[in-house]
Amino acid sequence: MTALLLAIDDFNVAQNVAFGIIAFMMIVAALKVVTTNNVVHAALWLVLVLAGIAAQYILAAAEFVAISQVLVYIGAVMVLFLFGIMLTRAQIGKESGLNNKGWALGIPVALLLLGLMGYVIIDAYEDTVLPDRGPAPTEALSDQFLSIYLLPFIALSFVLLAAAIGAIVLARKD
Amino acid sequence: MLAAEALELSSGWFLENAWLIGLIPAIGFFIIIGVGKHLPMKGAEVGLATMVSSLVLASGAAVQWVQRTDSADGHTEEAAGAISGFVRSLSPQAAEGGHASEPFIEPVVSTWVWWQNSGLEFGIGSSADGLAVILLWLVAFISLLVQIFSLDYVRGDRRYTHFFAALTLFSGGMLIMVMAENMVQLILGWEIMGLCSFLLIGHWWEDYDNSRAALKAFFTVRVGDVGLLVGTAILFFGSNQWAVDNLDSNGFDIAAIQAWALSGDPSATNWVLIAGAASLFIAAIGKSGQFPLHTWLPDAMAGPTPVSALLHSSTMVVAGVFLVARIYPVFWQGFNIDDGGLSFIAIIGGITIVIGALLAFVQDDVKKVLAYSTVSQLGYMMLALGTGAWLAAVFHIFTHAFFKSALFLSAGSISHSGSHHSFDMKTDMGGLRKFMPVTFTVWIVSTLALTGVFPFAGFWSKDEIIDNVGDHGYTFLFWVGLAGAALTAMYMTRATYLIFFGEPRGAAAGELHGDEEHSEEFEMETLTVGANINAPAVSTPVPAGYADGDHDGVTDGLTGGVGSAGDEPHGGSSHAAGEDGSDHHEGPHESGPHESGPLILVPIVILAFFALFSGFTNATPLGEDWERVKTYVEPRPVEVPIDQYLASGPGESLRLVVPNAEEDEGQGEEAGEAEHGKVGCGYDVPEPGTACFFPAVTHAEPTINKIFLSLGVVAVAYAIAIAFNVAYYGRKNKHLNGLTQRSRPLRAGYLFLENKYYLDYLYENVIVHAIAHPIAKGAYWFNQHVLDATVDQVGETTKKTGIWVYENIDQKVIDGAVDGSGHVASETGHALQPTQSGKVSQYGALLFGAAAVFAIVLVIVNVS
Amino acid sequence: MLVVNFLLLAAVLFCIGVYGVIARRNAVLVLMSIELILNSVNLNLIAFSLMHGSVDGQVFALYVIAVAAAEVGVGLAMVLMIYRNRRSIALDELSEMKG
Repeated sequence: MTALLLAIDDFNVAQNVAFGIIAFMMIVAALKVVTTNNVVHAALWLVLVLAGIAAQYILAAAEFVAISQVLVYIGAVMVLFLFGIMLTRAQIGKESGLNNKGWALGIPVALLLLGLMGYVIIDAYEDTVLPDRGPAPTEALSDQFLSIYLLPFIALSFVLLAAAIGAIVLARKD
Repeated sequence: MLAAEALELSSGWFLENAWLIGLIPAIGFFIIIGVGKHLPMKGAEVGLATMVSSLVLASGAAVQWVQRTDSADGHTEEAAGAISGFVRSLSPQAAEGGHASEPFIEPVVSTWVWWQNSGLEFGIGSSADGLAVILLWLVAFISLLVQIFSLDYVRGDRRYTHFFAALTLFSGGMLIMVMAENMVQLILGWEIMGLCSFLLIGHWWEDYDNSRAALKAFFTVRVGDVGLLVGTAILFFGSNQWAVDNLDSNGFDIAAIQAWALSGDPSATNWVLIAGAASLFIAAIGKSGQFPLHTWLPDAMAGPTPVSALLHSSTMVVAGVFLVARIYPVFWQGFNIDDGGLSFIAIIGGITIVIGALLAFVQDDVKKVLAYSTVSQLGYMMLALGTGAWLAAVFHIFTHAFFKSALFLSAGSISHSGSHHSFDMKTDMGGLRKFMPVTFTVWIVSTLALTGVFPFAGFWSKDEIIDNVGDHGYTFLFWVGLAGAALTAMYMTRATYLIFFGEPRGAAAGELHGDEEHSEEFEMETLTVGANINAPAVSTPVPAGYADGDHDGVTDGLTGGVGSAGDEPHGGSSHAAGEDGSDHHEGPHESGPHESGPLILVPIVILAFFALFSGFTNATPLGEDWERVKTYVEPRPVEVPIDQYLASGPGESLRLVVPNAEEDEGQGEEAGEAEHGKVGCGYDVPEPGTACFFPAVTHAEPTINKIFLSLGVVAVAYAIAIAFNVAYYGRKNKHLNGLTQRSRPLRAGYLFLENKYYLDYLYENVIVHAIAHPIAKGAYWFNQHVLDATVDQVGETTKKTGIWVYENIDQKVIDGAVDGSGHVASETGHALQPTQSGKVSQYGALLFGAAAVFAIVLVIVNVS
Repeated sequence: MLVVNFLLLAAVLFCIGVYGVIARRNAVLVLMSIELILNSVNLNLIAFSLMHGSVDGQVFALYVIAVAAAEVGVGLAMVLMIYRNRRSIALDELSEMKG
């Protein structure tokens, strides 16, 4: 049984087709991110992956997370990446030496992990069908955030504050 | 069995708002830190105001708690009526041994949700019961007096404002801990105290020794704090399910932990309780200076004297004792205190009594004598707790706080006005009783209280401990307690003699301080035989100027200086230590010994008053009517119906069912020998639907023989000690002088004591160095030889596996393989060079690879 | 739809990210690979959230997004600093070890 076959079940054909197309696009883009010889291109391929993830979130009925994904990742994080590239590498275009000398070691490790996770996932959730739920209301999310997850929420805001200050301290010129 | 008689317990505003007692000092701290420097008294008035208001609130709470208890007991007489009255009148032991006939007095709880996480709510607030109320009052009272004392004592200090801020927060931390309703709040208060003790001990941190002592106190206590966290976690995971099911609370709730430990629930197995109790007891050892973590306590003397007084009487060091007393059921069950076995707590307490008392003999610093005395007295409290004498331990906390803080503050007064900021008894004191009559009186009263002389406070509490220890079947520890009492009398006689009797020496004689070198064995030539206790040394030269400006300076400081904004030195007073920020100041010596000012004397006189009379609050030998502390403080070991417990909301007038006297024959037995025939809370499983919150501890019947025994021991010890001191220091007996030099065994013993059993050496030179040096070296060697080799091997193996895998994938590798072993070797070398050289990506590869391999192993294990 | 779809996609992305972390020499590219890994984990969380009908998974996904933003900010600041000091962001040149 391959993943492709698994993707097709009797219900929601349209969703499955959409999922397959987006997933294929994402995998190709992700491979490009880690193999391309152009740093700027890698960043742009990454945009494609992140957008695909956001699309998958919508398929999985998580609208608010999808919107956050677009805003935070594609809006903010990618801009940061591009700034980082521009500020550290004046050279735009192909370049060599982006990979380690021992880059080939990554392949068996990644394949090993993939085989392992694939086996475990299929073994555990082979026939589990996702229920057909409507999108979770944002209200439910906010209720969770402001009640039982309030403390982590506050802690997280401190993390962000510390990160912002830390980034300024690190990056400023003295 | 249970007569369901609901009754109203009186409550009141003070009990319901007891949380204010801890909150006010905490707020006061921020006010002092924020604006203290701009206030007329530089923040001290804020500290005093918070302490006064805390004391007022605590007093109100105490009064209302007494009313509450009285209302419950009064109702019992009417409601439960005939049977309990009948039982009481028939057999006094039944009322004495099992408290089933007495109603349970529920604590008044007011809490708010502090924070919550995944459905678990953490409260903050107050839980006022007898133990909390008595300690709240005690802490507020002692703190107030210490702050008044500090007004004069640290005047002119560079960090005057910070001193009062830390002092206030310190008291606040203790108050917060004492009123804690759950373990999280208890830890909060505990840690606040740890922080503030660090700040206060290291108050004069310019001196390297002081900052070192502060660090030592902090780290030693921190070792114990690990136990507190672990123990809290163990108890939480042990009791949470039971608490949720039965009491509708969670495993951090102290009441729930108490009830759970006594519930006999399968989850409350022995091992869980032992592990929890042992962990928490480690915390108590660290905080309360028990053997073997007592070493920080004498070093903590580096702080200003008021800090020592506060630390060593009512706050920091009794926190550990309080912790044990607060969740006593866990220790009761965990260490099997109920069945009379030799419990861990009692052993540690017994060891601590003796080693603390012995160490006090070889100290020349008066504060260190008192510090080791505190260690020893804390040993008594632990001993009492470990043998089931809960009430005696709490009562000893109560009385000890008065006389020990009186002693410390007297020592402060002596050094402040008598010995020119020196604490060395041998070089700078002697003959001070003529100059400082009030301090002398206070010292004598407190010493008598400490040594347990009738009718001072220590007699009632310490004898109760010793009595109960003996009564509960611990004969050996009974004698240890008596020996400790004798040793206490001896070392306090030595200290008293050195300070107040004999000829003045050093600074006390008006000599310039700090210039001459003091030999360890001070020269006795100036002392005459006549300068013993009975002979007033009329010939003592009173240094000129001892009575002039200084006294006026103090008075001036009291009337004008306190209210004025100035930190200018008050005319001629030597204690306006100026800006040197040190206890020792090197300025010209202007005045000799004299009595301290009223700001110092008033607190110590008040404390001496309590040292004299506080024992009568629980004078067991005088009859049951005198056992006030027992009536109002000791929780009643009653099986409380849980429904009723739950129905009572926080802060409301609580309703509960009064269970009637249980008709059990076992309770009528003699308390001492009936350890195994006991029934009731702590001995058997409570009825379904009920919960116990306190085990049915037994109390010793006071007997006249025991009283005379302990009084006799103390009297003999006094006689020996006085005779020896006069002989040794008065040089009547030539054979005694230089004994430690001549006799090798005595010399060895003296050295052993003087080096504090080499425990510090063990900790700092052996343990720390062992970690710092050989282990670090070993780790380095391990890193160089084993880890690197392993990495090499792993890398090589990975590469070889990798090569085998690539053969089908990567043309280049096929070529390489085909080209022969030389090429493979070179490839391997190239690819593997980074694995040994700290390259991040290689480490990443190893990390993920190893994770994958281990996961595969897991999968295989689980599948097969 | 089957939950396996999401999980397998996430696994593939995760492994690509792992490969990127191991193989890439350029610090910015390594950070991008880490983003891939984080996103694949988020995808898992969302899938399980849908499967169990609870929003907890989405809450955690949002936390991860926020932490990732902080991580990228600090990470790129560090890369900038390294670049300023060494005129290079090649990770294998960063090693101070004499292996």
